[in-house]
Amino acid sequence: MCLWCRIRQKIPKKKKTYYAAHVMTPLLSAPGKKMAAVQDAPMELDAEKETKPEILSDGTSNLSGNTASGTLSSPPLTAGGAPKQEDQQTLIAVLQFLRRNKLTESVEILRREACLEDQEDSQTLDGSGGGKGDGDGGDANSLLSRVSIASAAAPQSTLTPIPVKNDQPDVSVVLSAYSQQGDPSLYQVYYSSLKNFIESVLDCHRAELSQLFYPLFVHMYLELVYNNHENKAKAFFEKFSGDQECYYQDDLRILCGLTKKEHLKGNEALLDFRTSRFVLRISRDSYQLLKRHLQERHNNQIWNIIQEHLYIDIFDGMPRSKSQIDSMSGSFAGETRREVNKAKVFYGLLKEPEIEVPLDDEDDEAENEEGKPKKKKTKKDSMGSKSKKQDPNAPQQNRIPLPELKDSDKLDKIMYMKESTKRIRLGPENLPSICFYSFLNAYQGLTAVDFTDDSSLLAGGFADSTVRVWSATPKKLRKVKSAAELNLIDKESDDVLERIMDEKTASESKNLYGHSGPVYGVSFSPDRNYLLSSSEDGTVRLWSLQTFTCLVGYKGHNYPVWDTHFSPFGYYFVSGGHDRVARLWATDHYQPLRIFAGHLADVTCTRFHPNSNYVVTGSTDRTIRLWDVLNGNCVRFFTGHKGPIHSLAFSPNGKFLASGSTDGRVLLWDIGHGLMIGELKGHTDTIYALKFSRDGEILASGSMDNTVRLWDSMKAFDDMETDDFTAATGHIHLPDNSQELLLGMYHSKSTPVTHLHFTRRNLLLAAGAYNSQ
Amino acid sequence: MTEREERRFAEVPRESIKLMAESSGVELSEEVAALLAEDVCYRLREATQNSSQFMRHAKRRKLSVEDLNRALRWSNTETICGYGAQDALPFRPLKEGELFFVEDREINLVELALATNIPKGCAETMVRVHVSYLDGKGNLEPQGTVPTAVQSLSEDLLKYYQQITRAILGEDPHLMKVALLDLQSNSKIAALLPYFVYVISGVKSVSHDLDQLNRLLHMVKSLVQNPYLYLGSYVRSLVSSVMYCILEPLAASINPLNDHWTLRDYAALLLSHIFWTHGDLVSGLYHQILLSLQKVLSDPVRPLCSHYGAVVGLHALGWKAVERVLYPHLPAYWANLQAVLDDYSVSNAQVKADGHKVYGAILVAVERLLKMKALSLTLAAEGSGAGLPGTTTGAVSFRENSPGLSPPPEPLSEPPLGIASHLQAGGAGCPWEEWTPVSLPAMYCELYSFFGDSLAVRFSTGLPLGGVPPPGPCQPLEGRKEPASSAPNLENTRKMPQLTASMNISPRQDGSPRMEPQPPSLAATVPGRSLARSSSSSVSRSRSSSSRPGRSTSQSRDIFPKARFPLPQAGPPAFSFIIGGRQMGRRCQGRRFQTSFSPTPPLTTHPPRAYAHKLPVIGRVSKPVRRWTCSHYSLHLPL
Repeated sequence: MCLWCRIRQKIPKKKKTYYAAHVMTPLLSAPGKKMAAVQDAPMELDAEKETKPEILSDGTSNLSGNTASGTLSSPPLTAGGAPKQEDQQTLIAVLQFLRRNKLTESVEILRREACLEDQEDSQTLDGSGGGKGDGDGGDANSLLSRVSIASAAAPQSTLTPIPVKNDQPDVSVVLSAYSQQGDPSLYQVYYSSLKNFIESVLDCHRAELSQLFYPLFVHMYLELVYNNHENKAKAFFEKFSGDQECYYQDDLRILCGLTKKEHLKGNEALLDFRTSRFVLRISRDSYQLLKRHLQERHNNQIWNIIQEHLYIDIFDGMPRSKSQIDSMSGSFAGETRREVNKAKVFYGLLKEPEIEVPLDDEDDEAENEEGKPKKKKTKKDSMGSKSKKQDPNAPQQNRIPLPELKDSDKLDKIMYMKESTKRIRLGPENLPSICFYSFLNAYQGLTAVDFTDDSSLLAGGFADSTVRVWSATPKKLRKVKSAAELNLIDKESDDVLERIMDEKTASESKNLYGHSGPVYGVSFSPDRNYLLSSSEDGTVRLWSLQTFTCLVGYKGHNYPVWDTHFSPFGYYFVSGGHDRVARLWATDHYQPLRIFAGHLADVTCTRFHPNSNYVVTGSTDRTIRLWDVLNGNCVRFFTGHKGPIHSLAFSPNGKFLASGSTDGRVLLWDIGHGLMIGELKGHTDTIYALKFSRDGEILASGSMDNTVRLWDSMKAFDDMETDDFTAATGHIHLPDNSQELLLGMYHSKSTPVTHLHFTRRNLLLAAGAYNSQ
Repeated sequence: MTEREERRFAEVPRESIKLMAESSGVELSEEVAALLAEDVCYRLREATQNSSQFMRHAKRRKLSVEDLNRALRWSNTETICGYGAQDALPFRPLKEGELFFVEDREINLVELALATNIPKGCAETMVRVHVSYLDGKGNLEPQGTVPTAVQSLSEDLLKYYQQITRAILGEDPHLMKVALLDLQSNSKIAALLPYFVYVISGVKSVSHDLDQLNRLLHMVKSLVQNPYLYLGSYVRSLVSSVMYCILEPLAASINPLNDHWTLRDYAALLLSHIFWTHGDLVSGLYHQILLSLQKVLSDPVRPLCSHYGAVVGLHALGWKAVERVLYPHLPAYWANLQAVLDDYSVSNAQVKADGHKVYGAILVAVERLLKMKALSLTLAAEGSGAGLPGTTTGAVSFRENSPGLSPPPEPLSEPPLGIASHLQAGGAGCPWEEWTPVSLPAMYCELYSFFGDSLAVRFSTGLPLGGVPPPGPCQPLEGRKEPASSAPNLENTRKMPQLTASMNISPRQDGSPRMEPQPPSLAATVPGRSLARSSSSSVSRSRSSSSRPGRSTSQSRDIFPKARFPLPQAGPPAFSFIIGGRQMGRRCQGRRFQTSFSPTPPLTTHPPRAYAHKLPVIGRVSKPVRRWTCSHYSLHLPL
């Protein structure tokens, strides 16, 4: 019985409320059961209990529920705002705008439909808000309304001739706060007095308080621009932009081009900046110092900004050093709040299904072949016992419904086990061999590559909208015969699977046509029957590797889809795109099961956790988020990268995460503790490929700088001792040991590395398009 | 700071805006133009920033027009067209005014359409895989640079190299055997290949030492046989070393006691081995080698041993090479050889002995030529009826017949090397411009005019054609072709003076290597059977003249006249050898065989050797050699 059927049976009549609460539907089908099942996560349970009724009831009420959603309490410093009121404000703003533009008809319609629209609005908000409950707290409303524009209103904007209509209210709400500020001519004075103060405080506090510069600078600049003080804004920018940290250069470049109020309307990046509170982490001492200073000077301007637009996460203890701060900052919206990463994550692996009989057969064969029966036996035993023990950190086996193993999957598992016994044990002394798959004559532009797990197939996505599949083995690719021909074959014969293949179509590669834009992501299903491709045309397509035709086009993103990835168990897949959300899909649903919203910019890459219960996304906002597939919550939020994140990789044991970005650095994260545990410097260009070896000892990174680098990930993980204190405070001190951890650097002649893959025997495969220029 | 910040962007001046407005018929005030200019700048910047993400995701470094267009499309702006070309667009100023424009040349469509230089289509996108780095180490140079052998030699390999070369060039034959065997099967010596090739190229420096030359050739053989080695361009060096051994008047050959003949035979065999196993690598060399062989053959100044080498070399390269190079050259060469053989002065004794060697070599070569040609005719004729299977079975049977160390099977169809072409191109010794195939009987007649019965003798024994038993495929030809074409010729040949010889020797007791080996093509033949055949030769010959159709047993060889040998009797080893008669040819004055021997061998210790110098038909004698060495090249008489 297929998975969807089971789900259907559990939730027979939920279709109507699907849109309102579809984020929570299929996987939460039987709440009662689930609660009984989840035993070791009371906190999680509470959250669920809280969230569920709200969201379900939200369908008819307004937005009030959202503030309390998620596992986090509302932030201490903010007033929280009155969402309802704000929403009405929005409406009024729309009406005003329409009136101003003499669109009287629209005004009428809007008034008439005011209630209805109100509802619709809230529904869409819920739709995207589920994944958002992670603690954007009091600001959630305005942020959500913005997201609703990105995800829901954006498609309209492409269709309707006046997209401004949708943008306008939002902007005025967002920016309205700026309008009541004080004398613009004094901004420079305010800023420089604060600057002087910070520069005069003790060293230990200076580093911490310096964090204030950037957000204050941006907010003050935007206020000036918003209030039409163009020249003052320019002068302000010129005077202070040089003081900002170098990793904010990209943002400053965007900022400095922006000099008119009109420009603010279309600039989503800055809307994000306004709507999300910039998070700073400051020790209590430093904070007190700042507060005292501002109160003494009656510097209300700055105090207001801090109160309204910044979130200061105060901790007790020693102030952090500059390097500690630098390692964590750099993201679009400041650092992570401590409590965000407190939720429990079941990072352990699922228990391997026991496939007993055939495995023994295989082992016997192997014994006969190699004549080392004793050794084999012990190995098998250890493996067996390992798989029987339940990992304490692993999620419940049925936490999310997974497809049942088919016979072919079992065979594949057996193959996998067999291969893994022959696996080369890698280490600093024993580095993998590297095979490079060069794409030649790829004039059309290679954009994405994927290998099947058993390294038998290779898929390339190209900028000319095609997907090409190659066979990496001498076995050629064949299509299944046509229906008419299939009728003729003897269905009882043993080799029926062989007979259904059309020998005439055998070829080394197959082209898949269907997309209407560059293909940015490809991913094979674990059973090698399907291939996913995501494209600029806003769709994700599912291709059959039996017939080499397109089976489904998943439409939902409506904007370029940057990446997609199949769950390690098949059936589910995740995609992320320009609309700033990641979506979880099941292959047999044309609608997404979950929408993970929260990133402030494009979701550039998506990966499934090895246990399929979590999804990680990297974004242009320079943050990484880990989402719980079960309830759509963001359970981990990592900052520290200084550029858009383009590659992610989980360690095979599920405990660690590696991320690579345009800044040429690889960062290592401990998922369980929610901490950064390593920084690997060396690459000189964007890292597009990351992969752990099959046993997790080696991390391979591939970059645009035409190199593959191998890192000693074991050492990196071991070196970082996460004691309770660091775990509690999140203050890590990274050793600068990249050079020690770098095991090898391997150049290609002129081939950027777009993908890396370890075969089951730990041979490293790299792929990229040869660039003749 | 301020200036820098401002200048980071290209700005559109308000004049440009005004100009654009004017061109579309709108008059703009200064103020509006300024505002517009600023807005245009901002929008451009925004579009550029948006487009950069398309570039990043396409994993490129260069922003393309396409990227910008995508950004424009997603922001609901019309895309720009006409800038998709890969080439840079030159942006030029106009001399007269302050006007800048993108050069947009007019293209003559007619010219373009009728242009004869049609651009090549771009090649198919493909994936090539190569091992870049082994075990994460080994070569740390960037991919693409060829690692020099010196750098990549590990300690172990160096030791291995030293041990192997020491063993092979050393004194201990057992050690050498082990070393050669390892060289033949070791899969990890690729890095050492250049070293070994270098060692082998030292043949020139040891040309005085037959033993060393032999060892080096053995080394070549081991390297060639190693399935894990890719010889690549080194094969040329190996071939040249082997050619050296075949052709050069080695210092060792000054001493007549040195058996450099065996070395040359062995080298020739090796050459053919290289050609049949590494044909893909040496195909370019084939012509060169043929040419150099021809050159040596046609050079009368060269010593006879070089000529011998050329003949065995040609023989090794296959019967077609013999047909195209040796056969046409034979009449010219024969005169020289004749002169040598006819000189009975004492001072000439050594040279004459060498001449006999050459004579024998030529004889073997032409014999094979005739046999193969006959077989090819058979198969060609049969091919019309049976098609491919005939050839394939033929080839297969060849393969099966060849023992492990024998020269590799020689398919009837030569590799596509095009012998004729090069001979025309560099035809120094080629008497005619266009080579026309000579019919088999004509060829036989001509060859017979040179060799007389010593040729016929060779066909009276053994299985007819390359060991393929005659029944089956051969039959149709017999029936159809023979009576028509060869009967008149046979009449002629029959009238030729015949050489008669009789001898009586027990093959068993001799123990000389020439007795046991059979040419690989004849491997299927049992000695007893061959004897039986020769015993019946006279009978069959008489039958052949009548050439009755429908005869089913071993008729294909009836095309050749049989020597009249009396039955060799098994008995005590007694030599009785009488050669008489006079052979007249059409092309030459005829070769007189008036040699007579005393019935008892003069040297008891090395009886065969003594005869080797005197017999017109020369056997491979001096010392027992490995079976495969003498199997094909030794000119053994089926005594």
